[in-house]
Amino acid sequence: MLGYILRRVLFMIPTLFIISIISFVIIQLPPGDFLTTYAAQLSEMGDNIDQQALEALEVRYGLGQPIYVQYYKWMSGIILRGDWGQSMEWHKPVKALIWERIGLTMVLSSVALLVSWFVAIPIGVYSATHQYSIPDYVMSVISFVGAGTPGFMIALVVMWLAMTRLGLNVGGLFSQEYMLAPWSWDKVVDMLKHIWIPVVIIAINGTAGSIRTTRANLLDELNKPYVETARAKGLKEGKLVWKYPVRVALNPFFSTVGWSLASLISGQMLVAYVLSLQTTGPMMLRALMSQDMYLAGSFLLLLSALTVIGTLISDILLAWVDPRISLRG
Amino acid sequence: MEDLEQAKTTAEEIESIEEEITGEEEKIYVAPYWKLMWWRFRKNKMALISVGILALFYLVGIFCEFVAPYDAGQYFVKYKLAPPSKIRIRDAEGQFHWPFVYKIERSKDPETFRNIYTEVTEIRYPVQFLVHGTEYELWGLFKMNLHLFGLPVPHEEQGVFLVGADRLGRDVFSRLCYGARISLSIGLVGVFLSLTLGIVLGGISGYRGGRIDMLIQRVIEFIRSIPSIPLWMALSAALPSDWPIIRLYFGITVILSLIGWTWMARVVRGRFLALREEDFVMAARLAGSSEARIILRHMVPSFLSYIIASLTLAIPNMILAETGLSFIGLGLRAPAISWGVLLQEAQNVRSLALAPWVFAPAFFVVTAVLAFNFVGDGLRDAADPYAR
Repeated sequence: MLGYILRRVLFMIPTLFIISIISFVIIQLPPGDFLTTYAAQLSEMGDNIDQQALEALEVRYGLGQPIYVQYYKWMSGIILRGDWGQSMEWHKPVKALIWERIGLTMVLSSVALLVSWFVAIPIGVYSATHQYSIPDYVMSVISFVGAGTPGFMIALVVMWLAMTRLGLNVGGLFSQEYMLAPWSWDKVVDMLKHIWIPVVIIAINGTAGSIRTTRANLLDELNKPYVETARAKGLKEGKLVWKYPVRVALNPFFSTVGWSLASLISGQMLVAYVLSLQTTGPMMLRALMSQDMYLAGSFLLLLSALTVIGTLISDILLAWVDPRISLRG
Repeated sequence: MEDLEQAKTTAEEIESIEEEITGEEEKIYVAPYWKLMWWRFRKNKMALISVGILALFYLVGIFCEFVAPYDAGQYFVKYKLAPPSKIRIRDAEGQFHWPFVYKIERSKDPETFRNIYTEVTEIRYPVQFLVHGTEYELWGLFKMNLHLFGLPVPHEEQGVFLVGADRLGRDVFSRLCYGARISLSIGLVGVFLSLTLGIVLGGISGYRGGRIDMLIQRVIEFIRSIPSIPLWMALSAALPSDWPIIRLYFGITVILSLIGWTWMARVVRGRFLALREEDFVMAARLAGSSEARIILRHMVPSFLSYIIASLTLAIPNMILAETGLSFIGLGLRAPAISWGVLLQEAQNVRSLALAPWVFAPAFFVVTAVLAFNFVGDGLRDAADPYAR
């Protein structure tokens, strides 16, 4: 087990390295140099340009030096000092801006993932064991539509309904008074009151897809001889289904948990934009629009890295829970 | 004697029945693969209906200038946010007529200063097919002014808005038609690009196996583990904003294909792995065929149908991705018209509450996506006509 974990962690390092290179390339993509834009912005706002501060930044991020030096400075800053660069738009270091948003994004995505499993698995099992029944048809139609409708459209419809029918504004994660308040118990409670709408919306796509996968996999399993054998031996139907074929049917699910997490994080970007949540989506979009590249690049780097790490953790957990998973893999 | 007679008739009967069976079966045995596939496919009613819907959508996209009653950029200052025109066949007195619209009058709400549109029941305009209206160039080639439908009067006098008008008074239906062209074709072009990449890399991976397979699989897993939308956002934000529409279009397609090919590669690799060990491949190899010939002449035809099925299932992802990117303003930009660009009008809940019809593109996106999914599912089932 320990060897397995070690090997997986070692495998992750090249992945993270490539992710960091991609993020860095993206930071470099827009024309012009970060400092000139920064200086131009400062003077536009009528601030005095502090030549010394600019020079300090230039040295710190290796601007004007060869590209690999810049990459090295950026990476070593992150790893050694936790310095993610400077946001031009917010005039703050990036690290002051991202962590809360990244945290909320991860909470939102993982809760949505759990919710989607929690809903999808029983429904999928029911659909498969009651194939061609009316509830099966109803669920099939719903899951087809749910899988085909992007989350941001559902979000728009929900907002529109809440606004026109109930006169509510369901956007945001917090009430007005907690928006800028520091974290406290009350703020968490307030968030829980708001978070379920985005969670449900984000979970819909995943749920719909998972229902279809569960149903299809389970249908394949239910025809196998071992199920018949168990039935012939007089095992109760409910116990029989849940204990054996369901477990096998759910296997591919858990082995691709990383991809579901990645697609949930993707999906929530647009939903968050529509619902104006305080997660990464809206801020990264704004950063990209205004070419605030250190901020945007850091978001990309962190989101990807955390997805990879999340996948790793879930893989390890699964290997621990399910003894059939080959530790050699 | 009688017994013998009876036995003879029974034997004859059996023979004729047998003949019937072989006739039926022979039809199946000799039917070419594509025919078998079609027989199986047409049993799936949802898939058939979906093919019809998609054909209709693509026809609209191809002939959008002709189908749209107005030019997509044409402003009707009088009709800002006008609701969908009511097409009636019965007038205020209860008389039946050829479908018509009433003249629309605009007034202002004295309190909110919003436009209010009321029908003037004295003046009727029949909605006619094949009317001459705004000039356009079909595919930029033929100068024409014939439209599929419209009002016989100049548009300054009265317009017909099937799905209402947007904030600037442009006909939403016409814009939907123009948007269909870009939104639906971006899926095809993007899938074609991913297919090329996917077949080459997936083919190498599955056919060669070994170290190169390992490498390509790792790359695929890596790409799949990055959240795609942030990456797409970052890449498309890097496209210069002064690019002309056509170049932006291809830029976006290439960006979408960068991730899309991984799906294709997995399908192709799976088929290659399965077929590599088949006898006919071995036979071809023993007969001294070149590798290229084995792949192109023997293996590709035998999994082409699977490829087509997965292609069909990949198109909706492309359409959705383009819609999402354009919606947040990082994909195509006005003056380009795609369903995603049109949805930008619906970004704000307040404008949505005011004019729900600007959300119409969403309906078309979802319909197209569902139709592609159904067709893809049908094709996938039909791709293996020998099963069961």
